[in-house]
Amino acid sequence: MQINNKFSMNVMAKSANEGFARACISAFAAQLDPTLEEINDIKTAVSEAVTNCIVHAYKEKIGKIYISGELCENNIIRIKIRDAGCGIENVEKAMEPLYTTVGGERAGLGFAVMQSFMDTVRVRSALGKGTTIVMTKKISRRISLNA
Amino acid sequence: MSVEIKVSGETVTAYLSGELDHHSARAMREAIDNAVELNMPSRLVLNFRNISFMDSSGIGLVMGRYRNLKKTGSELCITETSEQIYRVMKLAGIERLAKLEGR
Ligand SMILES: Nc1ncnc2c1ncn2[C@@H]1O[C@H](COP(=O)(O)OP(=O)(O)OP(=O)(O)O)[C@@H](O)[C@H]1O
Ligand SMILES: [Mg+2]
Repeated sequence: MQINNKFSMNVMAKSANEGFARACISAFAAQLDPTLEEINDIKTAVSEAVTNCIVHAYKEKIGKIYISGELCENNIIRIKIRDAGCGIENVEKAMEPLYTTVGGERAGLGFAVMQSFMDTVRVRSALGKGTTIVMTKKISRRISLNA
Repeated sequence: MSVEIKVSGETVTAYLSGELDHHSARAMREAIDNAVELNMPSRLVLNFRNISFMDSSGIGLVMGRYRNLKKTGSELCITETSEQIYRVMKLAGIERLAKLEGR
């Protein structure tokens, strides 16, 4: 797939960076002229993936979260979020709605949100090594009337 | 983020504002729970008018409050959700736990 633009960055796995990551991805995705709804979808999915790195991947330490975005042909945005944390033992199970390994205040809906708000979500994980989430979404081309 | 509490009769209304994510959820939860403990309402209203963003951490917050209220038979009501917030709530099936009003 042809890539027209790309950014990559890493942030410390601190909760203050959840909002920062959302702001970065919105600013980057804006180049594809998305609708407000599309921007909100992308922000919400990124928020879920970044939060998972902070809450689950790095439970004891403050590791790094690697975030990158690519603008691909056909108005598709591809976002990668990677951690070098604990990894997921059973990805299929982890992705089931309402499944959570942290009781109490977590709903177990992070992956369900990512899947419902993005077109594709791929998860690669290895125990003790970390987890990579790759998500894509096609942004509708809005026809400009005064073009 | 902030939480403003208003009490009227048996109803406690929490006006939430800012972004509701994992970063802000704990402080919001504490403010809401303090008001519920203090006033023992039969109805808790969470007003989302000034919440500009919410992810599944907000769902966790709503579900946690629902579980607490259920113990005393109190009712949970959610009002003035934006389109983005409403879609996250729907995905979680929140309408089965709480009344969704005034969108
Ligand atoms: N980056 C990660 N590293 C390690 N484990 C993860 C990671 N992301 C998710 N998990 C595991 O997958 C489970 C499901 O994740 P999901 O985001 O769907 O729900 P949750 O984070 O538990 O709750 P919510 O997102 O609703 O607050 C988590 O409980 C956790 O065990
Ligand atoms: Mg999650």
